[in-house]
Amino acid sequence: MKRPVKRPVKRPPAGPLEYLRRWPLRLWLLAVFAFLYIPLFTLVAFSFNDSKRNIVWRGFTLDWYGKALTDESLLTAFGNSLTIALLSTIVSVVLGALAAIALWRFRFPGRTLFEGAMALPIVVPEICMGVAMLVFFARVLPWPQNLVWPFNLGAIVISHISFSFPFVAVVVRARLASFNREEEEAARDLGASDWQALRDVLIPHLKPSLIAGALLAFTLSLDDFVITFFTSGPDTITFPVKVYSMVRFSVTPEVNAASTLLLLLTVVLTVVALRFQKPAEIAH
Amino acid sequence: MSHIITVENVSKRFGQVAAVDDVSLAIEEGEFFALLGPSGCGKTTLLRMLAGFETPTEGRITLDGKDMAGVPPNRRPVNMVFQSYAVFPHMTVADNIGYGLKVDGLGRAERDARISEALDLVRLTGLGERKPDQLSGGQRQRVALARALAKRPRVLLLDEPLSALDAKLREQMRFELASLQHQVGITFVMVTHDQDEALAMATRCAVMERGRLVQLATPSDLYEFPNSRFVADFIGSVNMIEGRLTTDKPDEAIITTSELGDVFIDHAVLGHTGGTLWLALRPEKIELRVRDAGSPAPKMEDSPQGYNSIAGTIDHIAYLGSESVFEIVLEHLPDKKLRVIRPNLTRWDQEDFAEGQPVWMSWHACAPAVLAG
Amino acid sequence: MSSDRRPLAVTLAPPLFWLLLFFLVPLAVVWAYSFGRNAGLTEIEISGTFANYARTLEPLYLGIFLKSAGVAGLTTLICLVAGFPVALAITFASDRAKTWLLLLVMLPFWTNLLIRTYALIAVLRDEGYVNFTLEWIWARLGSIWTLPPFVPLELLHNNAAVIFGLVYVHLPFMVLPLYSALDRLDRSLIEASLDLGAGQLRTMLRVVVPLALPGIISGIVITFIPALGAYLTPDLLGGPDSQMIANVIERQFKRANDWPFGAALSFILMYLTLIMIAVQAMTEKRKAR
Repeated sequence: MKRPVKRPVKRPPAGPLEYLRRWPLRLWLLAVFAFLYIPLFTLVAFSFNDSKRNIVWRGFTLDWYGKALTDESLLTAFGNSLTIALLSTIVSVVLGALAAIALWRFRFPGRTLFEGAMALPIVVPEICMGVAMLVFFARVLPWPQNLVWPFNLGAIVISHISFSFPFVAVVVRARLASFNREEEEAARDLGASDWQALRDVLIPHLKPSLIAGALLAFTLSLDDFVITFFTSGPDTITFPVKVYSMVRFSVTPEVNAASTLLLLLTVVLTVVALRFQKPAEIAH
Repeated sequence: MSHIITVENVSKRFGQVAAVDDVSLAIEEGEFFALLGPSGCGKTTLLRMLAGFETPTEGRITLDGKDMAGVPPNRRPVNMVFQSYAVFPHMTVADNIGYGLKVDGLGRAERDARISEALDLVRLTGLGERKPDQLSGGQRQRVALARALAKRPRVLLLDEPLSALDAKLREQMRFELASLQHQVGITFVMVTHDQDEALAMATRCAVMERGRLVQLATPSDLYEFPNSRFVADFIGSVNMIEGRLTTDKPDEAIITTSELGDVFIDHAVLGHTGGTLWLALRPEKIELRVRDAGSPAPKMEDSPQGYNSIAGTIDHIAYLGSESVFEIVLEHLPDKKLRVIRPNLTRWDQEDFAEGQPVWMSWHACAPAVLAG
Repeated sequence: MSSDRRPLAVTLAPPLFWLLLFFLVPLAVVWAYSFGRNAGLTEIEISGTFANYARTLEPLYLGIFLKSAGVAGLTTLICLVAGFPVALAITFASDRAKTWLLLLVMLPFWTNLLIRTYALIAVLRDEGYVNFTLEWIWARLGSIWTLPPFVPLELLHNNAAVIFGLVYVHLPFMVLPLYSALDRLDRSLIEASLDLGAGQLRTMLRVVVPLALPGIISGIVITFIPALGAYLTPDLLGGPDSQMIANVIERQFKRANDWPFGAALSFILMYLTLIMIAVQAMTEKRKAR
């Protein structure tokens, strides 16, 4: 018995707006992504390379991870970075959400001024903010030396909050724009107090933006080098500052291993962020 | 060669979904052709394939006898009026209209002449220097029309041309578009989901459902001689009644239904006796008479006594001014209703036919359309 | 609006307080220092002098400003040219492809700046992968012809490396706003242009670019500002002559210990930034009208 042959369906030629199906554009995209990713891939690959010279592939090893994970100063730096990011995120989310709600809900004298000032930390060059923090913690509010951990990180945490919470405010405000005020009024109508309405209606609506804002604040803090560079002391080294000092001397697979671990953390955070928001929404 | 466009076995699949499924049709020179169907039926995809924005997965489209496969939109002698009008917001009205002419390499003088001619044609004379944001929605649509017509295309494609206008303007534009088409003599192909629009303007309509072409006919044929329950239901409103063919002779047939009893038809029905059929009875084809206690059923002159009349009681009236729409409960089946439309011929009609009034509903033997599926 | 001011006070006070104390006050102190002079080792006397600003106009510093602007400008241009087709392709990709492509653009964006810079160093240095690959090819060719010994290309510690690094870091900054602008564009406008007979290139130049202009400008500003103030990339990838403003500012604060001058430099950088943002906001507003 002859089985009916399924004719392979020929793909029709690309439509006029299907740019992704034109080969010059595909080539271009390939080149751009190769440019963006080849350095990162080699960095990860050579963290598993059994050679100190870090160029020639000599076989698979996890030695560098062992080295990185037993390197006291690297571990301390890593721990500092995560602690700073965590503390900064918590405060940033609260401050950012409050600022967003205040700007959205109320009219008050100086509102425009406050709005403009809130945008400043987002646009001011990092170096300017870094020196401002340096000067502030050197002259205006000298941060006591030799405090116990984690209080010795205070100056860094404070600076990180200062540049993070305006970003959170932007994210939360975008979400507030889609809030239907009548929901809050309905809650009030049904007998809720101001605060109950806030807690039961507004905060649940804001939840995705609070999570997105938290992830953003966490990443910003973890990523920051310049501002931290100006506020950290010898016993408050963060991971980027540590890598900076190591890179200045040499390129070692140990740094590759530590970087790969942080990269992994970034990927995990990204995946978590995507659970709450599609990339297309974040891009806007 | 009178066929300006032929569509031969065209399908368009997006992944597993067939947006257009094996459609064939031919459009004649000078026609006002409408592609009609509910949203998602594939009509817009078909139009966009004519324009060149989508490429058929299978099949062939010809324009003036030439195969359009591989011809990009900018090389096709057709122009489109987009649903959103797509008037370039950064150009003046004149620049919008002149854009396509400039692209064609027309000289300044010729271009200006064609622009003002197009402006006159759509009655926007003197608005050439306006920016689109200074125009009303209706004016923007005229710009889109003028812009497409200025290129003197072989075919003008219109994607839901009236959907964004308010009711009053829509009515006016129907006449205007039809007379414009007459004036310029260009073949128009319009996509619409609005049956009134298609009936009012088109010379022929293709009704589509789930990617397939279900009927291609003149507006009156679509309305009076639908070929399926889908078309009968989609075009206008209808009372759809299921029945069985019990008598089938060369010039008469009887269909037995539970709602209307035995219905007498004055023509033969192609269908084996006993099979299920549907009667599509338009509301305006039912006559209403006041029913007094004990009065006999009226006899329709073309049907034997006892057929094509049924008793009911007016349940609900929608008074629309020129006419009234009645929902009438059947006497013998109180959970079934028929819809009847009756013009208000005198200013006191609504007094005779008030809610709760017992009535007779009667129809001619030729009134129902008999449908097999 | 309720006449009760308590909710306002509760929501507004904490962020306002924080912004004032931990952002505006530090900036104000730097601003004040920029009008001061060094009096002693750590003492700064705020004398109201403009001498620090005058010094920034000296050829040496003016040159660095111009050079920084040039480097940032070139970086922005390369990002625009490289990023526009990417943004275009993403905009018109299928939903699935769009999600993946955006993810691919965003992931480096979220990756630690230091890691990315470090990865570049590993690729570009004398014993880096690029040179290693070149050496390998050279050796293969050497087995056919006789060639002089391989001399590694100096890919690091020069101006080209700085621009390469800045493009590497800032490309996502350009692609995302471009994508956002193109995605908002009504695509029937592009189709209308094609329908009226214009080719792809003319459609790009006459319809897409003018309509996406606010997005393009915001992409340019978003890329140019951090590139202008870049510290890490010129510091790690640049050579002795690759200094940019941020490096000079850092030196005044950390090594030269001339805070008033550093403060003046940093405020000039800030003014430049704010002017660019104001210009961008104005074009946006004009477009929105």
